[in-house]
Amino acid sequence: MTALTDLTLHQAAALLRAGEASSRDLAAACLDRIAALDGDLHAFLTVTPALALAGADAADRQLAAWRRDPATPLSPLAGIPLAIKDVLCLRGAPTTAGSRLLEGFVPPYTATAVQRLLDAGMVVVGKTNCDEFAMGSSTENSGYGVTRNPWDRERVPGGSSGGSAAAVAAGLAYGALGSDTGGSVRQPAAFCGVAGLKTSYGRVSRYGLIAYGSSLDSVGPLARSVADAAALLAAIAGPDPLDATSMPNPVAAPDLADATVQGLRVGVPQEYFIAGMQPEVEAAVRAAVATLAELGAVIVPISLPHTEYALPVYYLIAPAEASANLARFDGVRYGRRVTPDQAGGSPLWAQYEATRGTGFGAEVKRRIMLGTYALSAGYYDAYYGQAQKVRTLIRRDFDTAFEQVDVIACPVAPTTAFRIGAKTDDPLAMYLEDVFTLPPSLAGICGLSVPCGFDAQGLPIGLQLLGPALGEAQVLRAGHVYEQATDWHMQRPTPGMAARRPAA
Amino acid sequence: MTRMALTKDEVEHIAALARLRLSAAEQAQFREQLSAILEHMAVLRRLDTAAIAPTASVLPLHSVLRPDVVRPSLSPEELLAAAPAAEAQMFRVPPVLD
Repeated sequence: MTALTDLTLHQAAALLRAGEASSRDLAAACLDRIAALDGDLHAFLTVTPALALAGADAADRQLAAWRRDPATPLSPLAGIPLAIKDVLCLRGAPTTAGSRLLEGFVPPYTATAVQRLLDAGMVVVGKTNCDEFAMGSSTENSGYGVTRNPWDRERVPGGSSGGSAAAVAAGLAYGALGSDTGGSVRQPAAFCGVAGLKTSYGRVSRYGLIAYGSSLDSVGPLARSVADAAALLAAIAGPDPLDATSMPNPVAAPDLADATVQGLRVGVPQEYFIAGMQPEVEAAVRAAVATLAELGAVIVPISLPHTEYALPVYYLIAPAEASANLARFDGVRYGRRVTPDQAGGSPLWAQYEATRGTGFGAEVKRRIMLGTYALSAGYYDAYYGQAQKVRTLIRRDFDTAFEQVDVIACPVAPTTAFRIGAKTDDPLAMYLEDVFTLPPSLAGICGLSVPCGFDAQGLPIGLQLLGPALGEAQVLRAGHVYEQATDWHMQRPTPGMAARRPAA
Repeated sequence: MTRMALTKDEVEHIAALARLRLSAAEQAQFREQLSAILEHMAVLRRLDTAAIAPTASVLPLHSVLRPDVVRPSLSPEELLAAAPAAEAQMFRVPPVLD
């Protein structure tokens, strides 16, 4: 028999409805597996067993009521264990955003996306590790230590939602919430071999998400199948009076049962196959495109000519926004306060500088410095202003492309998961990890990462399927059809085994 | 040694603007790393954007208003609970004025 923790969210939900397992069984299985594996993987910053078991018991009562009277409303997510990236607030549970500066912070309110999943009866097993304030591509920038990739513990899980991706891949939760500003859901999903959806800007409320780059931040699900990610999206998406940028458009929960790619126009951008990318990644993505063609899709070569400018544009705009957003971490209202040894000048300013100088990690300080410079007098037009204009050109590339195609297929990242420590000394090399996920983020469109193969080391490879703004239904349908025709997403790592760890 | 895009004074100035106390080692490292990153950014100058409008948001901008009615909110105690120092329902900070 398949272990409970190997099931997809949909399979687990079917067991609950059939009465073959209780939500408490699922929660206990996840908590046991966390206890067994997470000392090594470190996917979680906080595990919430009391919250999980209380939530499971409440869900079991809902399920019992539904069994007595099938007319009782019951969410398809009721009773399913969930992990939450530690950048999303959960009332009463420590929320750090991976930063030492927020050590011990317990938010007094809950993020809308989290609340909607709680309202659907989901069971929170814990908060997951991430790069500090979601700034990073490997989870190595966490102030609390790195998360290990369940497929190879010497490698990173990707980032910044690395803990969420690792938790889903390792069977520690059936789904997770992440956030994606420049690739932070899609790239860890690809590195850990799970499905990850970057939602269109405005599709999901950002209320309760600790802000990084406010014109780019999005909340999205990670799960073991595209159908699971679609179910999570259906619950979290939609307008929220607490986020004025949440779009009023109703969520088209896609009907995946009869999804097809017959006649679907799939664009393949020439700029996303670059010199220096891992050949196995290119081969797997091209094979996935061929599979879509065999399934009836029409493949259309396209060009997104401003792709090469996305990296400099992103690494000016996001740090500029971050430098403003992170001004709030000053040791006054929440988080750590550091009182300087010697006061000269204004004691308040000295406290700000000491708190921020010691509370933030190196990458956060680097981005605050970069953003402050890009916004400073004399440099604003040359850097921030020019970046905003080139952002317009990148958006137009996608507008033009989506006149010719329905979906764009390309790699998620140029490589598979790299070794822990391989890029920590070279920020620019780390930024290049995001080269294929940044352009869609700047355009505010949606993108799905779907497993599409493994390299020779046994590390997962991700296919990125992009759709226009609010086009989640079409990328989910295409991803689901691809997944049904392949078995990459059925593979599970064996994180309990030490086999992949080389002998010391 | 190649010329760096940022001077030592500029790094100190940016750190002061950002209210970040940096060690001498951090200043030197950020000067080098940020200079390299800014050199990479120079590629943006290749594009003529004189006629291009900037994108501040991908959304069509519109005002969002709600009825002006009182709603429940968090209590002062809940909001002050995470503060490093609080007194008399206020955040306590070091003196700002002499």
